[in-house]
Amino acid sequence: MKEIAYAAPRTVADAVAALKQANGNGKAFAGGTDILVQLREGTRNADVLVDLKKIPEMTEIRQLPSGDWQIGAATPCHRIESTVPFAEGYPGIIDGVHIIGGWQIKGRASLGGNLCTSSPAADSIPALIAHHAVVKIVGPDGSREVPVSEFCTGPGKNVLKPAELVASFVIPAMLPNSSGCYLRFIPRSEMDIAVVGCGTTLTVEKDTIKQARIALGAVAPKPVLAEEAAAWLIGKPATIESFEKAGEIARKAATPISDMRGPAEYRTHLVGVLVKRSLMTSLRRLRGERVDVLHDKLV
Amino acid sequence: MATKTPVSTTINGEPVEFLCEPRQSLLEVLRDTLHLTGAKEGCNNGNCGACTVILNGVAVDSCLVLGVEVEGAEVTTVEGLACRNELHPIQQCFLEDAALQCGICTPGFLVAAKALLDKIPNPTEEQIRFHLAGNICRCTGYDKIVKAVQHAAQEMAK
Repeated sequence: MKEIAYAAPRTVADAVAALKQANGNGKAFAGGTDILVQLREGTRNADVLVDLKKIPEMTEIRQLPSGDWQIGAATPCHRIESTVPFAEGYPGIIDGVHIIGGWQIKGRASLGGNLCTSSPAADSIPALIAHHAVVKIVGPDGSREVPVSEFCTGPGKNVLKPAELVASFVIPAMLPNSSGCYLRFIPRSEMDIAVVGCGTTLTVEKDTIKQARIALGAVAPKPVLAEEAAAWLIGKPATIESFEKAGEIARKAATPISDMRGPAEYRTHLVGVLVKRSLMTSLRRLRGERVDVLHDKLV
Repeated sequence: MATKTPVSTTINGEPVEFLCEPRQSLLEVLRDTLHLTGAKEGCNNGNCGACTVILNGVAVDSCLVLGVEVEGAEVTTVEGLACRNELHPIQQCFLEDAALQCGICTPGFLVAAKALLDKIPNPTEEQIRFHLAGNICRCTGYDKIVKAVQHAAQEMAK
């Protein structure tokens, strides 16, 4: 890696000031599991790394009085999944957090980093979108809020302007009778990049679907919502047949490429399978069942 | 010449001070500055786990940590496992169960296994395989490693 300066500010305002002072040559640095590799390989450049991990607000996870949860953008995955009340309330988000790299990566990697790398295959993003998560962005002109669903604009691209950073995520309180899931298809069980990823949330009352949200990863230039499929589910019975039909409709939202991880036709097929299984798992969970998606025999 | 930053930290229970450039990884500092060459550089991009150390109680790839970041931290490397002339039970079981061939990945596996057994003293085979998925071995096929960790868990429970 070429020479670089390091700053470890204690406040978000100081971090923004450091990024502004770097005049486009500063990079926010959370877990470093992407940025350090990119700097070493020369795919990204920076003169200054601005470490966000010394900023208390950026490494905290807490429930707000409203019932929503706020997660600092630099909070490492291992801490998110070991925060029991959050993990129990949001198993769908934990499904993604649990498989972002191996254990050593999860000791460092953060939701903010996963989002800002803006890979179409990012494992945390589909579930965050399905749960209506919003990010707080802070920059030289103040702060703004952006839904995670509108954050990425293409592979490696997002809505951040120069010297802006993602400070935190707000994840709305779960509605009653609701749960979620994230499933990833890879040829093995750990340490791989999604061929397809699917995050869902589901609200069911008396066996009728009241709300549904489906987000897909690795099948478009950015994570996408399968809105038509989700809308179709409203009012339908919460059955495997409904979920299978939703999976068929969701395939239309997928515009995948063919690459070394799989041909486009295969990815489109997988969308249907994962949407069905993810919705079914969401249903089992909202009915009180604990489902470990890595070891469960899914329908 | 890049500016070097003084860093005070604790490594294997001992206070340590070193100078490093901000671009240097913790792995580079451990190996090249502090001559703790137990942690190995395999891939240098967070895939292989050969450089695993425990940082403030958490297993991490030291190639993906900057040296300047460990100011005030507690670091455990493979050199910190054995106690004087006594091997750590995990090391002893790796030896007895032949859980290594070329040995390059071994320090990373030992440290990751230590972090695992600190967190889950009696892990299932699935838990062992899940937690060691970030460590790559190209010789053993993993079975002997998993068995050695199970064996170590039994020894440590005695």
